[in-house]
Amino acid sequence: MAAGRGNTTQEYLKNGLMDPACEIKPKNGHINGKNKNGLNGKNGAHEQQSEWQDDFHESFEETPLLVAILTYLGYALLVVIGQIRDLMRAYGIEKDKSCTEPKLEGFVPLFLSWESFYTRNLYRRVRDCWNRPVASCAGVRLDVMERTSPDFGWNFQLTGKKLDVMNFGSYNYLGFAESSGPCASAVHDVVQKYGVGVCASRQEMGYMDIHKELDDLVAEYLGVEAAMTVPMGFATNSLNMPALVSKGSLILSDELNHASLILGSRLTGAVIRTFKHNDMADLEKKLREAVCEGQPRTHRPWKKILIVVEGVYSMEGSIVRLPEVVRLKKKYKAYIYLDEAHSVGAMGPHGRGVVDYFGLDPSSIDILMGTFTKSFGSAGGYIGGSKRLINHLKVHAHSFIYSSAMSPPVAQQVISSMRIIMGKDGTQEGMRRIRQLAWNTRYFRKRLHDRGYIIYGNKDSPVVPLLLYMPSKVAMFSRETLRRGMATVVVGFPATPLIETRARFCLSASHTKEMLDKALKIIDDVGDMLRLRYSSLPPPDFSEKGIQLIE
Amino acid sequence: MAVIPATWDMYDLIQGVLQAPWYHMVFEVALVLLIMKIYYSQSFSPEKTVLTEKEKETLIEEWVPEPLAPDVPDDHPILTAMEKYCIEGQNGKYVKVNGKSCINLATFNFLSMVGKKEIEDVALKALKVYGVGSCGPRGFYGTMDVHIQLEEDLAKFMDCEEAILYSYGFATIASAIPAYSKRGDIVYVDENVGFAVQKGLTASRSHIRWFRHNDMEHLESLLIEQSKLDKKNPKKAKVTRRFIVAEGLYLNSGDICPLPKLVELKWKYKVRIFLEETMSFGVLGATGKGVTEHFEISPDHIDLISCSLETAFGSTGGFCCGKKFIIDHQRLSGLGYCFSASQPPMLASAAIQALKMLQEKPYLLVDLRENSEKFHVKLKNISEVDVIGDPISPIKHLVLAEPAGDPGLDMRTLEMVVDMAMNESVALTVSRYLEPEEHLPKGPSIRLSVNCELTQDEIDRSVEVIQRSFQTVLEKLTTRSSDVSPLESVQQEKKSEVASR
Repeated sequence: MAAGRGNTTQEYLKNGLMDPACEIKPKNGHINGKNKNGLNGKNGAHEQQSEWQDDFHESFEETPLLVAILTYLGYALLVVIGQIRDLMRAYGIEKDKSCTEPKLEGFVPLFLSWESFYTRNLYRRVRDCWNRPVASCAGVRLDVMERTSPDFGWNFQLTGKKLDVMNFGSYNYLGFAESSGPCASAVHDVVQKYGVGVCASRQEMGYMDIHKELDDLVAEYLGVEAAMTVPMGFATNSLNMPALVSKGSLILSDELNHASLILGSRLTGAVIRTFKHNDMADLEKKLREAVCEGQPRTHRPWKKILIVVEGVYSMEGSIVRLPEVVRLKKKYKAYIYLDEAHSVGAMGPHGRGVVDYFGLDPSSIDILMGTFTKSFGSAGGYIGGSKRLINHLKVHAHSFIYSSAMSPPVAQQVISSMRIIMGKDGTQEGMRRIRQLAWNTRYFRKRLHDRGYIIYGNKDSPVVPLLLYMPSKVAMFSRETLRRGMATVVVGFPATPLIETRARFCLSASHTKEMLDKALKIIDDVGDMLRLRYSSLPPPDFSEKGIQLIE
Repeated sequence: MAVIPATWDMYDLIQGVLQAPWYHMVFEVALVLLIMKIYYSQSFSPEKTVLTEKEKETLIEEWVPEPLAPDVPDDHPILTAMEKYCIEGQNGKYVKVNGKSCINLATFNFLSMVGKKEIEDVALKALKVYGVGSCGPRGFYGTMDVHIQLEEDLAKFMDCEEAILYSYGFATIASAIPAYSKRGDIVYVDENVGFAVQKGLTASRSHIRWFRHNDMEHLESLLIEQSKLDKKNPKKAKVTRRFIVAEGLYLNSGDICPLPKLVELKWKYKVRIFLEETMSFGVLGATGKGVTEHFEISPDHIDLISCSLETAFGSTGGFCCGKKFIIDHQRLSGLGYCFSASQPPMLASAAIQALKMLQEKPYLLVDLRENSEKFHVKLKNISEVDVIGDPISPIKHLVLAEPAGDPGLDMRTLEMVVDMAMNESVALTVSRYLEPEEHLPKGPSIRLSVNCELTQDEIDRSVEVIQRSFQTVLEKLTTRSSDVSPLESVQQEKKSEVASR
């Protein structure tokens, strides 16, 4: 056990954004009774907490009881009203405006009645909060096309007006979603040279020199032996996981993993077990049990055990307790599949994701996966790891045989932005963005905590969920913030547990301090109107002061 | 009972309660009480073998997992082939490989949209407005006006009520199938469908009934079998959805599905049809609408059509189209739609332009058909190969007329033919499959894709090269086989080729 620890303490400029002069803060008690985060990594055998845990601050405040009751009542009321209205529709008193499935004689209905009930009576009321059409680049500001609904959410009409608002909804962490600048001009040249199409899979004459360049650059960026790239982030998981494990193997998956990981795991044919979100004690228990018990019924040993975790969880804003996962992996000889969709670029002193954030050696993670959609302002995903792994994937992965290779301009956008982040363009621009994002994150999170909102997640996670709880507040929050000039994302059931509906802000390096202040002002206005200051805990003790910005 | 309308969701429930006799109620209540008693009583657990901590430690110590990935050497034939044929620059009608410009008969660039100036201009214009990535899924500010426009244009073009756009061709059908077909449902599938369909089926966890490729009698016999079962269990039949999944133009065999018969069976046995038109969209039919137009069948008969923008349209992504009530369901249930970033807007713009060009220049389709037929006739004359596929299909599989019987060996022969042709400036590809994962084993073949812009001269030249390559390779193999075994001779041949390069 102690040997496993050794690796995590090496090169301890962890969270290297911090000024060395800044003293390490005492661990504060903002970890609440809900225990969503396990036992804060304690595992009895160690008297002293290792260093990373001292600076690992995550908060998940429990839902106040009254709020929980009221929220459930709210849903109950919606269901009752929905049933009454369905009855009225059936009598013909209320006109049915939804596009319902026509009854075809002899055919089994295509949809379940409950599912359509939810869509018809609940989702329809708040439909305008999602799928808002945009008429510009999803950069730091965006033009949302105004819509009106003459019939309360059944149909929408564009008014033709464009609302120029601040963007707190897109995953534009490093601000590379730009329609001009060095990346765009490099992409411009590539379109002229390569066109936009490939029309073939990599193994069937779809492998181009630009793909090779991208693969090599990604490997260098991640600090691994080799890497491969796929044109869709979702497909990177769902099409490559089946090449890694199969029947007779075990996948231990965090309960809050993304849909693509769940689908990918399901396609492998392996046994899937979930562990509590970021709960290392639970993970260890399940690992131990798995190795000792073997496969169900036959008790044969597992072929492989794969731990599937994400770097930053996009709905919770939490960061994986990676050093602990690595320790467990070594102890139980499992493999780690780390999905860095939201963390690559956005985390760590060099923007190399959570591995960089914790100061770990990239080779201690078996499979490093991530996407280009977020921090790089492009599309697609990668897998990095040992040469042996990548060779195997290149030969056996579905994505190299049956699906198209990446479009050249998309590849070029990644190459250009990645080179800037690595400082290969000879400027400090990449570092400036990384620092700015880290600063913005702490600044914004701290202010929100101070104001008494319930905020989930890690202090360094650029995904900031603010809890709204009640379904009516979801719609109101989204509409009111948009009206005041701020585009936010709200998420509810089924993406979150029924009562934990929330608003989510995604911070970006392009946000200036003025924008953040303005956003806070808007949140305050709307928050007071909706009475969102639910928190009863003292605000946590961290600040943005230690982060040095580059001008 | 007339007061409660039958269309209301709660109808069955309320009717059930009202019609139940009193002793039934008493029984149900007793049952509930019993369940609660069992639930709260001490559970009986047989003695389990409990391992001591030390034993556990030993077990953990002793367990040796398999390596994460099997050892694939750097000189694996697929890796070397990929590196060897790495394309420099554009992947268009001509490709540059190893500094040599080759006629491209390998990629699905049927309408030669790759590298068209008009498309590039539109894409560049979009780049100036939207940048490259959309930085979010469709739900969260990833819906750009070009996505909406492309969906509208495609729906209109396909004569459907609605279209839904996916950011990747593979994900389109693979997400669409599990959005409708769930556990317990039945899907009738042609044995020859592509890999994306197979993955969609796996994800749906439905019962799969395979019917022999394009064999409508077999399909009908399966349907009859099922309707007999349904009569025995009408309650289950009432909730079991049924689907037929077929491809318009089969990638794996280059032939067309018998759609009129499928539609007939649909109405006869009340099964819904999902069509996968990745290869037929922009290829078949007078205006390129695919297999429905080819057979002049109204798309209203088809429940869902899934197409890719990565073949004839030369962009990235895919879409599904059909009736609004069917398609809209995917906006909340299509995994690849909801949980993935949207298609880069500039690629959507490129597809809009490609669609416009297809509508403005219907002769592209005529040229493509003519070229396909020309190829077909000419390739038929090569005695060393059999041509598989429909004459009008731009996809043709070339298989050895006299296979050695060993698929591995045949594959190597074909790879040598590809090498040879490449040396003479014709780019070909063998079709690659992940054999253990496929439903049916696929025979080795060279898969030819026809481009509409190929001239008579280019067609003549490439067929000539193909013929010569086959002849030379097979000749070498037969002469060598007298003293060396064929396998070794192929390997030697390959080695010397690599060395000479």
